Amino acid sequence: MARTALPGRLTWQVTRVVEVTRETSSAKTILLDAPEWAGHRAGQHVDVRLTAEDGYQAQRSYSIASAPEDDHLALTVEEIDDGEVSPYLTEELRAGDDLELRGPIGGWFVWEGTEVGPLLLFAGGSGVVPLRAMLRHRAATSNRTPARLVYSARSLDDVIYRDELERVAHGAEIRLALTRSWPEGWTGHRGRVDDALLDDVTWPPSEAPAIYICGPTGFVEAISREMVARGHDPGRVRTERFGPTTG
Amino acid sequence: MEDFVVDGNALAGALQQRMGRDVTGERGTCGHCGRASVIAELAVYPKAPSPVARCPHCGDVVMVVTEIRGTVTVNLDQFAM
Amino acid sequence: MSPISRGFHGRRRGTVDPSRVPPGQYLTTDFPVLSAGPTPRTDLDEWSFTIDGAVDSSRSWSWSQLAALPAEEITKDIHCVTKWSKLDTQWRGVSVDVLFEDVTTRAGYVTAWSDGGYTTNLPIADVRDGKAWVAYEYDGRPLSPEHGGPARLLVPHLYFWKSAKWVRGLTLTVMDEPGFWEGYGYNNYGDPWREQRYQGD
Repeated sequence: MARTALPGRLTWQVTRVVEVTRETSSAKTILLDAPEWAGHRAGQHVDVRLTAEDGYQAQRSYSIASAPEDDHLALTVEEIDDGEVSPYLTEELRAGDDLELRGPIGGWFVWEGTEVGPLLLFAGGSGVVPLRAMLRHRAATSNRTPARLVYSARSLDDVIYRDELERVAHGAEIRLALTRSWPEGWTGHRGRVDDALLDDVTWPPSEAPAIYICGPTGFVEAISREMVARGHDPGRVRTERFGPTTG
Repeated sequence: MEDFVVDGNALAGALQQRMGRDVTGERGTCGHCGRASVIAELAVYPKAPSPVARCPHCGDVVMVVTEIRGTVTVNLDQFAM
Repeated sequence: MSPISRGFHGRRRGTVDPSRVPPGQYLTTDFPVLSAGPTPRTDLDEWSFTIDGAVDSSRSWSWSQLAALPAEEITKDIHCVTKWSKLDTQWRGVSVDVLFEDVTTRAGYVTAWSDGGYTTNLPIADVRDGKAWVAYEYDGRPLSPEHGGPARLLVPHLYFWKSAKWVRGLTLTVMDEPGFWEGYGYNNYGDPWREQRYQGD
């Protein structure tokens, strides 16, 4: 599976759903068999296209959740209220169905592990998806770069890949920030990512961390501004904005 | 109600279709204010008849991607690459 | 050929009445927000509406002056070029005919222009004789910013991109001057009943 992703024009390819598993009350991970898949880099995404019987089509982009080394191509989809495509993918799609997609797409919001400097990841909600691909890639290549993921979610129930992050962590330090509710005795961060948490997790500019921020636009812009304000080279900060805060 | 704005990563597929390569990491200069940005950092308004990309510095329109009768057109008049 | 996505229907539901819903459109019960840029926020005490350009003398109204003009309740179907239609939408606003009462012009066209830089062009006949309003209420409440408030142009017989949000004026022109979407390949006129979405339709 870990062949080099060839650049050039994208073509639509038909994949087959192997399994759909629930991550949270609103998110599911879809494992795919993709015989024409040429490989990808962690952080890239795909465009998914659905076609109704009368020919009507709808298309959306989803970050790739799997590492290039994983057995199956995986997408994690969060259901958007009133969405047109995400409710179909999270509620209707099942093993054996066809799913048309093109990709991999995007060459800027990627991490390959060949860069120097520690890896600092900030995830807001479903922004964790491409960052999880990066951590899996790091683990699969036995990359020893120090890595830290700061993951902001409403509650523990909203944490995608919770088991994976809690138990395996792929050798990275995981810091959860729960913004709305937390269990009794919670020793992790309570509330939004703030200065105190940033002071604790952010390597100094002298160590030139590679910084990736993904999630709702407001979250990404706030963290990005903070990183630059703390003296990090804007060229070392890469961002991917998913749209307005969903709540 | 927050504006629905994303970034140039959202245009990556359409741009790759049209230009034959990934351009999200490529820089361009805004035709209005003269400042440079990476395409991934453009402010993209996807909830429009066609997606509109604006310069993250001055806010003026630098790119519009239309799909008309199956043909994808990237209007890049105000973004010098 | 794309495979059919088993069980996928998209947003469209049921059959539509072709006498109410133009070709290629589907009905929606919500009110999608589409925008080419950030939502402008203009203070009402800085707001004005102006008619200028190819006129004998330009006219301008402050917010309170506009609010004092005779207004109408308007119930119309609206049609977006992105294929959704919404029936029996309710507005309140001032007819453009009222705004044109003292305006003398031989211009054949108008360009509607808005806060944020948006423009759209129309033949002058398409904003007269009861076809257009400057609307400031929707569904009995002040028009919200994301839907074009404090005031938008309302021209329901054409695709809704002609109903410029955040409208601040109409500039009368002798030559037809394509506006924002018209310049990017959208139809110059935009009649939903002839499905004039793009240039060449």
